Amino acid sequence: MSDNNFLIRIENLTKNFPIYKGILIERQVGAVQAVSNVNLGIKKGETFGLAGESGCGKSTLGRTVLQLYKPTSGKVFFRDIDLTLLKGEELRQARKHMQMVFQDPYASLNPKLNVSRIITEPLEAHNIGNAKTRHEKVLELLDLVKMSRYYTNRYPHEFSGGQRQRIVIARALALEPEFIVLDEPISALDVSIQAQIVNLLEKLQERLQLTYLFIAHDLSMMRHISGRVAIMYLGKLVEQACRDELYGNPLHPYTQSLLSAVPIPNPKRERDRRRNILEGDVPSPINPPSGCHFHPRCPIAQDICKQEDPEWREIVDQHWIACHFPLEKK
Amino acid sequence: MSKKILEVKDLKIRFITDFGTVYAVNGVSFDLYEGETLGVVGESGCGKTVSMLSIMRLLSEPPAKVSADYMKFKGKEIQNASEKDMNKIRGNQVGLIFQDPMISLNPILKVGFQIMEPLRNHTNMGKKEARERAYELLCLVGIPEARKRLEGYPHQFSGGMQQRAIIAMALACDPSLLIADEPTTALDVTIQAQIVDLVKRLRDQFGMALIWITHDFGLLAGLADRINVMYSGYIIEKGIVDDIYENALHPYTRALLQSIPSIEGKLGEPLKTIEGFPPELYNPPNGCPFAPRCEFVKDICKQENPLLIEYESGHKAACWVEIKTGELR
Repeated sequence: MSDNNFLIRIENLTKNFPIYKGILIERQVGAVQAVSNVNLGIKKGETFGLAGESGCGKSTLGRTVLQLYKPTSGKVFFRDIDLTLLKGEELRQARKHMQMVFQDPYASLNPKLNVSRIITEPLEAHNIGNAKTRHEKVLELLDLVKMSRYYTNRYPHEFSGGQRQRIVIARALALEPEFIVLDEPISALDVSIQAQIVNLLEKLQERLQLTYLFIAHDLSMMRHISGRVAIMYLGKLVEQACRDELYGNPLHPYTQSLLSAVPIPNPKRERDRRRNILEGDVPSPINPPSGCHFHPRCPIAQDICKQEDPEWREIVDQHWIACHFPLEKK
Repeated sequence: MSKKILEVKDLKIRFITDFGTVYAVNGVSFDLYEGETLGVVGESGCGKTVSMLSIMRLLSEPPAKVSADYMKFKGKEIQNASEKDMNKIRGNQVGLIFQDPMISLNPILKVGFQIMEPLRNHTNMGKKEARERAYELLCLVGIPEARKRLEGYPHQFSGGMQQRAIIAMALACDPSLLIADEPTTALDVTIQAQIVDLVKRLRDQFGMALIWITHDFGLLAGLADRINVMYSGYIIEKGIVDDIYENALHPYTRALLQSIPSIEGKLGEPLKTIEGFPPELYNPPNGCPFAPRCEFVKDICKQENPLLIEYESGHKAACWVEIKTGELR
């Protein structure tokens, strides 16, 4: 995967969270393997979707890419710069090009700052412009996210969830980043507001040539917004392909059952639908199952799946999968 | 023709607060037949949860103020029923499941004890018998190693398992009606599919009536017989499930259906949006509550609130406009 088209390139990225026990003498008794050995590349200007159940490590992956968590091992390249080697001021400068939008717009805005302060904060932190140009920037950003210019002196509690998310997006855009990690940006919003925010994100992408890493568990919205999609299970990527290929022709048994669990808003289709519902829960990432992590829930697991971790391989052109027995192509 | 299990006529709920009166539910009427599944769909704050809570008399008055022409459960008026009579209905003839399983379970009591509680209260089962029944119930809802799990505490259960335990509790006394208030919203999509499947199976096995409250239109497609769409404390459209999805009469229902993407079907167009946000419930506007966000809005919409009228057989809507033509009806 050493293609130069990639804006972000992730190589063998692993993130473990150590577990300590003991009060006076702390010792490590294990680790949560949140992300293990992930490889992927995100092209400039695309929306890369990352989906999976809660606890599969998708948010950790997003944060590790931005170096909000220091990776345990592996590399993250932004253009040709290895972010994992950067420290201090260098890292701070690199971060200017990367921003994040979090799930909960209630938790990600400081309730004591007004809209203007919230949006200028990143500019102040990077010493960009003076008071006047910053104020102009705020107005410009408010226009961009379709908020009224009169809102500059208001506080977060005066806004609804959707409006707050717009403020969060405006703040993320303040430094004119190239890459934004969207960590479940719509799951806390009401149904009629979700579409507004998604359309806004798509418009902004087109206008500002942004690159998105879109993290979500909503596979229908994922299909709408993403160009390529990767599915994650218990810290590992299990399948990755372009959108139409992944939804039309899923080859990993996990992807297939995940898709069959998504309800279709059409009563006739729902009635004739044959579903394969997964049994059981996601196992703990502290003690992941041996071999293929998915084998205890897999309907077609065989002996080799319990022993050997399947290799991450390109099975068809641009369609990557980690499975010993990929399903037949339709 | 099966019998009506629940009849509600002109239910109104107000909350009297220091800041003014909140008009939470404004004249909701519906009937539910035995063995039938009713889906109630709407965004947060549309009154779907409070109306169900008020039917079970679980709202504290004050601050709430509930009134209705009638509210009948199995033909009997329950509006003025004593707390003692209500206790005989709640948890016994009606089972309730709420959104967050973590909050619905008592963290310091064993799960087995909590499932035995309704049995001990509502039936004259002895402790041993109740324990045996609790074990059967846990098996019924598909919890592995049920015997051991009876002795477990809620925090030892995963989210999906907790919700299963709550379903077991709700079903303990063989209710004839199960009210589920967004029971899968806090769960992952694969676990959601498990729970929906389980509830469907149990509903068919025991012939229960089911009210399923949700904001997710997709989910109801495969589950409900009839659907009530709520907005700002009103039922704005009701009908059988196929009619609602294929031939929505209210602009809100139609826009909501078009704003959710599907894992099938065409791509490449921006999602349809509903501009603005739901109205404040303090000062409901005159006229139709949806008028400020509606694409078909006419003068009359801002002045008079349309009534819920049957426009097609079994399919009612509250709208002045015929949305196929965009003209007044």
